[in-house]
Amino acid sequence: MSSDNQDTETHSEQMDETQESQDTNSNPVRTEEAKLKAKYPSLGQKPGGSDFLMKRLQKGQKYFDSGDYNMAKAKMKNKQLPAATGPDKNIVTGDHIPTPQDLPQRKSSLVTSKLAG
Amino acid sequence: MAGAGGGGNDVQWCFSQVKGAIDDDVAEADIISTVEFNHSGELLATGDKGGRVVIFQQETENKSQPQCRSEYNVYSTFQSHEPEFDYLKSLEIEEKINKIRWLPQKNAAQFLLSTNDKTIKLWKISERDKRPEGYNLKEEDGRYRDAATITTLRVPVFRPMDLMVEASPRRVFANGHTYHINSISVNSDNETYLSADDLRINMWHLEITDRSFNIVDIKPANMEELTEVITAAEFHPHQCNTFVYSSSKGTIRLCDMRASALCDKHSKLFEEPEDPSNRSFFSEIISSISDVKFSHNGRYMMTRDYLSVKIWDLNMENRPVETYQVHEYLRSKLCSLYENDCIFDKFECCWNGNDSVVMTGSYNNFFRMLDRSQQRDVTLEASRESCKPRQVLKPRRVCAGGKRKKDEISVDSLDFNKKILHTAWHPQENIIAVATTNNLYIFQEKVN
Repeated sequence: MSSDNQDTETHSEQMDETQESQDTNSNPVRTEEAKLKAKYPSLGQKPGGSDFLMKRLQKGQKYFDSGDYNMAKAKMKNKQLPAATGPDKNIVTGDHIPTPQDLPQRKSSLVTSKLAG
Repeated sequence: MAGAGGGGNDVQWCFSQVKGAIDDDVAEADIISTVEFNHSGELLATGDKGGRVVIFQQETENKSQPQCRSEYNVYSTFQSHEPEFDYLKSLEIEEKINKIRWLPQKNAAQFLLSTNDKTIKLWKISERDKRPEGYNLKEEDGRYRDAATITTLRVPVFRPMDLMVEASPRRVFANGHTYHINSISVNSDNETYLSADDLRINMWHLEITDRSFNIVDIKPANMEELTEVITAAEFHPHQCNTFVYSSSKGTIRLCDMRASALCDKHSKLFEEPEDPSNRSFFSEIISSISDVKFSHNGRYMMTRDYLSVKIWDLNMENRPVETYQVHEYLRSKLCSLYENDCIFDKFECCWNGNDSVVMTGSYNNFFRMLDRSQQRDVTLEASRESCKPRQVLKPRRVCAGGKRKKDEISVDSLDFNKKILHTAWHPQENIIAVATTNNLYIFQEKVN
């Protein structure tokens, strides 16, 4: 049963084969890299660095922030406060003052898993 | 009962069961996030994004019908974690079960640890098949009897009842982690376990919930200097003082807790040197290790990065002893895989019972069996189209480019939304559990 375009490397030939396959493979990867840089020229010089990691560490951060809330309130004190009655009630961004009521409520799942069905 | 023999290509895999809904419209809560057999293989647990755990039990085999391989049926299901909101940090805490780990069985009850991003819970699953009847002061339905009407005394007795399986939370290990928990691992001493988040690893005692020891801390003094995070961690299967943790930079550190209380300094560092001419924007991302698993015999460990599976001999740090390509054809797709975030998918991997074969998932609901002893590999598919009882799975082939042969599928036709991230192998038999997005497939070795 032959394998499909896969390299399974044996112990003794490991080093040579690794270098060979990497030589031929660096071309597709370089092409891919060039494609990415063409699409996003501003992509940082530090690949896979802090940006990804910080994003990973900040997963789950929501937009309601009492600091933002108070800042927005202060900024708005001279203008009419925009109420959350527009069509996009669920969007909490920008100068609209977020309130706890605007956050989508997370409810736990009371339904039995379909795996048990 | 096989399992001692080869697993990859001598074995023919056939469909046994599939659990879950057929419809394509998948609710987020139904996405399976972890799969784990217990130590005997009798129980199979799954966790999902909705915080629920479902446990299946293997039926005792029907001796009169040997062709009928034992099936896994629902044994217990419960809500393990609920969504939470940390108002202090403005942080939403998902109820998704990241990992389930079983404790070895010590008495009639079964215990497992389940964790979401922040909290680990110890669950006790116990059976009740008797109930007391004949109370003096209570009716059978629970109503209290008027004491004045009681003229005789009787001794309550236990009578059989329909089996009831109860799950109850026995310990809640909370507030141990600032960052998101990615791994838990029970120690071979059966008293402690570790939990790892992006930057720290803690050690807990199973009986004590208000204290835990920090054993690894890689948080830099200045967060701007952060260059790598912890991606997985596991205790050695026999040496209770040894554990490993993997990083987003493709390294694995082995630590010995006898050396110091805080294991920031590793005992061994496993890293394969990279050819600098191959360095690209994608190098670090695809070298990030998504899973690390010790072999059952404790001599090797396996790591999974985006494109490959590597087997490391614990006695050799400078390179793996074996490297297997999982889906090398994706190398020419890295740009689009980066754009659709698939390049960050975290695939797991697992060993068979005698460490001769390893398995890992891929896209298009494909999964790969890599036979170490015979140096052969096969690609199989978990699909509703191969669901006839005992239907043998046909090997799949992906065509990287050029002329596509009949029965091959081209790289561009692969469905990247159909990912197999979680798989598990029965500890003794050739029975595997493969999770697609919302379905659990159970495959077994073909019995003649």
